[in-house]
Order: sequence, then structure tokens, then C-alpha cells
Amino acid sequence: MAKYLLLKHYRSASQPAPITCEPMDQWTPEEVSAHIQYMVDFAKRLEGTGEFVDENALSPDGTWVRYDGDGRPPVTDGPFAETKDLIAGWMIIDVDSYERAVELAGELSAAPGQGGKPVYEWLEVRPFLSAPPTITE
Amino acid sequence: MVDEALLRTLTPTVIGILVRRGADFAAAEDAVQDALVEAVRVWPDDPPKDAKGWLVTVAWRKFLDGARADTSRRHREALVEGEPEPGPGEVADDTLQLYFLCAHPSLTPASAVALTLRAVGGLTTRQIAQAYLVPEATMAQRISRAKRTVSGVRFDQPGDVATVLRVLYLVFNEGYSGDVDLAAEAIRLTRQLAITTSHEEVAGLLALMLLHHARRPSRTGPGGRLVPLAEQDRGRWDAGLIAEGVDVLQAALARDRLGEFQAQAAIAALHADAATVEETDWVQIVEWYDELVRLTGSPVARLNRAVAVGQADGPPAGLAALADVDPALPRYAAAAAYLRERNGEHRAAARLYAEAARSAPNLPERDHLTRQAARLNAQLRG
Repeated sequence: MAKYLLLKHYRSASQPAPITCEPMDQWTPEEVSAHIQYMVDFAKRLEGTGEFVDENALSPDGTWVRYDGDGRPPVTDGPFAETKDLIAGWMIIDVDSYERAVELAGELSAAPGQGGKPVYEWLEVRPFLSAPPTITE
Repeated sequence: MVDEALLRTLTPTVIGILVRRGADFAAAEDAVQDALVEAVRVWPDDPPKDAKGWLVTVAWRKFLDGARADTSRRHREALVEGEPEPGPGEVADDTLQLYFLCAHPSLTPASAVALTLRAVGGLTTRQIAQAYLVPEATMAQRISRAKRTVSGVRFDQPGDVATVLRVLYLVFNEGYSGDVDLAAEAIRLTRQLAITTSHEEVAGLLALMLLHHARRPSRTGPGGRLVPLAEQDRGRWDAGLIAEGVDVLQAALARDRLGEFQAQAAIAALHADAATVEETDWVQIVEWYDELVRLTGSPVARLNRAVAVGQADGPPAGLAALADVDPALPRYAAAAAYLRERNGEHRAAARLYAEAARSAPNLPERDHLTRQAARLNAQLRG
């Protein structure tokens, strides 16, 4: 088993060109609800298959913070507009193979958008660094 | 205090007895888990004279309660208590059947691992979930799906020891650092299996586990830092475990039916036998890798063989052996870096160590490889 992080980006600099769609606030309330319900059902289904670990959505109000020397308060920058490199949320899955992780990310990306059509959102799949195996030689 | 080790040892036996009395495996397994919970609750104030008898009685009652609650299974009420207790031979057979069922080929590796730890190991779902760092609800579903998957499998159907060994190997090798010591649990389950069957590869796997477990205290330094074999303090290796592992292995090898676990254990035994990395019998290790490659055709064995050839016949020979290995293999760059450095090619080695660090599958390995690259780069800067 291996754990993978499925990262949902608002928009990432390294992301392939997205299939553009209207922002969610331009959808009908039913379309918004259907989209959210899809996410909820997806997580529930993965719990049922014994593959769900964790998920969370993040506020877009990201702030960059860094140390600025002894005794000085940290420097902050932001929040930024949505077009910056921001993570919208994540899901962690525990699956038998990389292929399964990609399959599930593909399904999550098929969440319905306007007119009930899939949003074709890009998801980033990142393997966890695990504990080292006992037997190496 | 409740003797948890005793409870867990009795788990497969009690499941076997319930199945013999006519319970299906899934219901029997649930009933025994319920009985274990009750034992933990009741025994401290009221310890039973006969632990196994107590568990069988309570688990059977739980099973009947469950069967009554489920009207579609009402026929089970007709099942009568008081069948003769199985003899020791039958208990061993039942336990072996339980191993087969929990490692059934229709299960995914993760499901087989979870089911084995619960039904054979007697661990709770929560303990297994914690060990594999997933939520308890996820692990509960994984286990109940696994039970559904094997629900059509007859309990007395003959199984393949090799599938069981793969599951136990996984439990041992992916021993995460949780509440439960999975490596120790894998050893316990393999010992128990070795009692029920005299298969040489069961002994081979047990020896392999013991020999690697013996080195565990010396494998990690401060902060979880990985200590490679060559730098381990061999004085901290567990001599008792090594002696036992070697005995188990020798008895298996004497039967002249070599398998991959015996070959791997033989390699581990040769490492365990050497006072220093220089005194290691690398020539013999290469021979065992040749056997391993012959037995499995495993590309990982080929990669490890190249490193061993580098020790036995010098780095150029190792690099020549590496040329036959697929560079896409995990840890290829790490092996190449090691051989290049020993061959005096420090610049190439530093680059390869950095490449290996980027593709390392776990954090201690990545940190170790990064340090190796940094060490060489610092030397090169003079």
C-alpha cells in the first residue's frame, strides 16, 4: 500500500493549460450543490473501499511568511488574488498501486460543473515518502 | 492485567472452533473479536480458569446472538453447542486454514494484510489502522470488504503457502513505527505458521525475519537517521536472534529444497556472520544472489547482486554487472553512485547520489543519499 496526496490547485504555475470554465459563483446553485455532493460521495465511496485517509479544503486567503532575523517579526506577503499558485484542498488516499491513484484522481477530476458536464480539473498526484523497508539487501 | 499475548495466540484457534461448529468465517471472526473485547473488560476482576474455554463459550454466545439478530440466518439457531473439542492436530490444521483464507489470492495485498492481522493476529481494527496510519473507519471497511471477498471460499479448501508468505513478508517489511510493532508481529505469526506446517520456505522466511530483526537496533541513528550496513555498530546486533535465525535456516537448507526466502536469509546470515564489512564473505553472497536471480528473475536481486559483485571482485566488475540492470529500477542510481565512488569517480558519484536522493521512496533514504552527495561535493570543492 502506498499513500498519495491528491492536490487540487486553484491555479498552479506548473499546471498544464486548464480547460477554462466559469468560476463557481457563476454556476447555478444546483450545479454548485451537485459538484460538492460529488466530492462528498467520492470520499464516502473511498472510505467504503478502504482507501480513504484524509481530506480538507483550504481557504484561498494564503499568506507567505518568512523569518526576518532575530527579534524581528516575520515578514508576510499576501493574500494574493486567485490566479496565483494556490492550493484549494487535498485528499490523501492509501491505495495498492500508482495506477489506482491515477485512476481515482481521474474520477475526482470528473466532478460535474456547469450543465452537469465534468470540470476536467487538473489534479496533482504526489506519492508520500514512506517509512524505509526493513529488508534492503 | 489481561494477558494480551495469550488472547492473541488463542484468536485463530477459537475462530477455527467456531467454524467447525458451523459458523461461517466472517461471523465467527466478528464473534471472536467481540469476545476479546469482553475478555479485556471482564478478566481483570474475574480471571477465568480456562482462558480458551471461556473465549469459546463467550464467542459462541456472541455468534448465536448475532445469528438471532439476523432473521435471514435464523437456521443457525438450530446449531447445537457442545460438539467435541478438536484435538491438537485439528487445531493446527484450522490455524493453517485461517492463514490460507486470510491470504486468499482473490484479496489485494493490503486487504490480505489487514485480514491476517485481525483474524490470525488478533489485533483490533483500531490497532491495525494506527499501524498503517489510516482512519479506523477506512480500516474497518477494508477488513469487512476482505471478509465479503472470501465469503464464498470453503474453509477447508487447500491453500498455497507462498501466498501466505508474501503477506507475512509485507507485514514485516513495511513495519511502520506505530503502537504495534508490526515486525515483531510478523515474526510471531511466522513462528506460529512454522508450527503448523514444515514447509522449507516458511522456515526460510522466519530465518530471514530473525536475521534482519537482529540488526534493527543498529539500523537507525539519532533522529531516525538511516545507518547503512557498513557503518552499523555490529556489537548491537542481537546475537540470540542471529543464532536462532541461522539454526532455522540451516535446518531448512538441509532439506535441499531451495526457495527465494531461504536464499535471502542465507545472504542475511553471511552479513550477520561478519565482524566487519571487510570480513564479509562477498564471494558467497554473490553466489546466493546468483541463486536468487535464478529462482526469481527479480530485477531487484540483479541490482543487489551488482553491488555484491563490486565488493567481491572490485568496482569495475560491479559496474559491468550493473550494465545488465534496468536503469529505471528504484535505487538504481543509489547503487550506481556507490559503485562509482568506490571506483574513484567522485564527480559522477556525487551527481548520481543527488539523482538517487530525488527519486528516493522514503525520507530516511533521501536524507542519507543527500548527505552522501553533499559529502562528495564538499570533498570535490577541496
